[in-house]
Amino acid sequence: MTAPKGISAVAREMAAQGECTPRVARDPVNEAMINNWTEALGDDNPAYPAVAPPAMVQVWTMRGLHPNPDDDPLGRMSEVLDAEGYTSVVATNSEQTYHRHLKPGERVAVTSRLEEVVGPKQTALGEGWFVTTRSIWRVGDEPVAEMMFRILKFRPKPVARAAVTPMVSKDTEFFWVGTKIGELRIQKCAACGALRHPPGPMCPRCNALDPTFIVSGGLGEVYSYVVHHHPQVPGKRTPFVIALVELEEGVRMLGELLDVDPEQVKIGMPVRVRFVPSGEFTLPAWEVR
Amino acid sequence: MSAALVGIGATEFSKESGRSELRLAVEAVSAALAEAGLKPSDVDGLVSFTMDSNAEIAVARELGVPELTFFSRINYGGGAACATVQHAAMAVETGIAEVVVCYRAFNERSGHRFGQFSSAAATNPTSSGVDNSWSYPMGLGTPASTVAMVARRYMHEFGATSEDFGRVAVTMRDHAATNPKAWFHRRPITLEEHQASRWITEPLHLLDCCQESDGAVAIVVTSLARARDLAQPAAVIAGAAQGSSADQYVMTSYFRDEMSRLPEMGLVGRQLWRQAGFGPDEIDVAVLYDHFTPYVLIQLEELGFCGRGEAKEFIADGRIGLTGTLPLNPHGGQLGEAYIHGMNGIAEAVRQIRGNSVNQVRGVENVVVTAGTGVPTSGLVLTRDR
Ligand SMILES: [Zn+2]
Repeated sequence: MTAPKGISAVAREMAAQGECTPRVARDPVNEAMINNWTEALGDDNPAYPAVAPPAMVQVWTMRGLHPNPDDDPLGRMSEVLDAEGYTSVVATNSEQTYHRHLKPGERVAVTSRLEEVVGPKQTALGEGWFVTTRSIWRVGDEPVAEMMFRILKFRPKPVARAAVTPMVSKDTEFFWVGTKIGELRIQKCAACGALRHPPGPMCPRCNALDPTFIVSGGLGEVYSYVVHHHPQVPGKRTPFVIALVELEEGVRMLGELLDVDPEQVKIGMPVRVRFVPSGEFTLPAWEVR
Repeated sequence: MSAALVGIGATEFSKESGRSELRLAVEAVSAALAEAGLKPSDVDGLVSFTMDSNAEIAVARELGVPELTFFSRINYGGGAACATVQHAAMAVETGIAEVVVCYRAFNERSGHRFGQFSSAAATNPTSSGVDNSWSYPMGLGTPASTVAMVARRYMHEFGATSEDFGRVAVTMRDHAATNPKAWFHRRPITLEEHQASRWITEPLHLLDCCQESDGAVAIVVTSLARARDLAQPAAVIAGAAQGSSADQYVMTSYFRDEMSRLPEMGLVGRQLWRQAGFGPDEIDVAVLYDHFTPYVLIQLEELGFCGRGEAKEFIADGRIGLTGTLPLNPHGGQLGEAYIHGMNGIAEAVRQIRGNSVNQVRGVENVVVTAGTGVPTSGLVLTRDR
C-alpha cells in the first residue's frame, strides 16, 4: 500500500514527465464516420461531411476494443489509485477547445499530460481523488483541439449493509420459527394464561416456567410510530416508518409499516401483519388494512 | 447522607479532542483533585460507567493512586451519571473508602458515536442482545428513534407539539450562549430555526437532539467531615437514588401499560424527596438530563414539578429560563454545553451550590440533578452546607 502521501508523490512525478507518447488515429478523418455520427445525432448541418464536427475529435483517436498498452497518464494514475482502493470512477468535468475544423484525409494524433491530482477529499460518493489531465490533438505539429478532463476516483461507500438479524435465545426461538412459516406467535403462560410480548423464560405474573404460545390473528392498531430519516440504517431505505402496534390480543410489537405514505400514518390506524424475509430470518412487519 | 461533592474537573468540550480517552480521564480526575486540594495519594475509590473505556486500574496507574479499596461501574448508559456519586457516597458512608472519584471520559464525536445505528448492540449474546432483537432488526436502533416513539405517543395523549419540545432546545441554547465552556457559546437559536432543522426521526428534529462531544468530567466525593477541611465549599448530598421500573428495557420500554411516562424517574424522584426531606417546591435549580427534548418535559412531570401532561404549559412562560422560577440547566445542558453523559450536569449543580457558575442563579440552596432517561436511571439532590 502506498500512503496518501505516496499518491501525491507519484502524481507529482507523473506530472513532471509532461506529455506522453502521441497516439496516432487508426484512420484518417473520413466522410463515412462523419456521416454516421451526424446521422446518429440528427445534425443536418450542410457543412458536414466536407469538414468534421469539432466534437468528434475524440472519435478519431479512440483506442478501439483491443488497445495497445500505452503511457497515457490517466490510465497510469488510475492504476495507482485502484491499487489504493479508490476503485470507482466518475467523470466530473470535461472542457474542450477547438482551434479549427478537421477535414477528411487529415490524420490526428493525441497526447496527454497529467495536470494535477487532488485529494483525499470526502465526497458524497466516498473518499476520493480528483485527477485532471490535459490532452492536445495535433495534425503534424499544429494543435487542432484541446481537452481538460477531470475524474473522481473514489473508494465506494459501503451501500446498504446487511440488515440486522435478531439475536435468538432458547426462550425466543419459537417466535422466529413462527414468522418463518407465516405465524405471528404470542407467548402464553401455560399455568396462568397470561399473554406476553416480548417473550421470556418465566411468567412475570405467576413465575411459572412453562411458556407456550398462541398464534395471533395478526390484526392490530398503530399505538405509536416514527418516520426515520437519519442516520442510515442497515438494510433500510430512508425515510421509512416503524410502528409500535397493539395487537387485538393485547400485546404490543414493533415492525416496519410498509407501503405507506408517512404523512398518512396515524395513531389508531388499523394494520395487519406481513412477513418479510430478511437473510435467514423472517421479520414481522405491518401493512395498512 | 453525610457525604459531599468537593471537587469537579473537566477537559475542554470539543468535537475532536485529539487525545486518548484515558488521557481525557486522567486530565479530568487530576483537575478535580487539584481543585479540591487533594492529591492522587488521597484517593482510594474510583467509579465510572459500564460504558466507559477506561479501566479504574488504568486511571489509578496513570495518576499514581497507590491503593484502591473500592472500584465500581454503573450500567445503562447515561442512566449511570448520578449513580456514580451515589455509589461513591455509599462507599464513603460505610467506611469502605474515604475519597472516591467518579469519572466519565470519551471521544464520543471523533470516536465511537452513539447517534449512529449500532448493529453490534443487537448481536450481543446477552439478555440485552435478545431485548434488542425486538427493535433493531425492525430498523429502530438509534437513540433518537427510540425516544421519538415515546414522544409521538406523548404528543398524542397530551396534545404536546414539536414547538413545545423546541422551547426546551431554545432555552438550552440561550443558556449555552453565555457559557464560554459550551460548544454553542454565543450561538443561540430561535424556535423557527428549531422547526426548520431537518428531521432525524419524526417527530424529532435535529435541534431536539443533544450534541455528540469529546471530553471528560470528574467529581470527587468524600465525607462531609473531611469536606469541611478542603479547598472548596461542599455540595452536600441530600438525596441520591437509582431507579428501574416494571417491564424495564433500555430505551424501548414500550410494552408497559403507560408508555408515555418515565416511571423509573418517578421512582428516583420519590426517593430523592424522601431522603432530602423536602419536595420540588424547595428546588432552586434543576439540572435535568437533556439528550432529547421530549424527555425533559416528561421528567418535569415525573419529578412532581407539574402534573401529568402539564409540562408544556409549565415551560411555556419562560419558567425554565435563567430568570424563571425554575432555571433549568443553566450551563446549557447537553443540547448546549456538551454531551458528557450527564456528568457535566453534576458539575454545574456543584457550581450552582457554590455560587460560582458563569450563569449563576441567585440564592441557590438546593439543586436536583438527573441522569439518562429511557433507561434505568439515577438522580441527586445537592444542598449548601448548613
Ligand atoms: Zn403465568
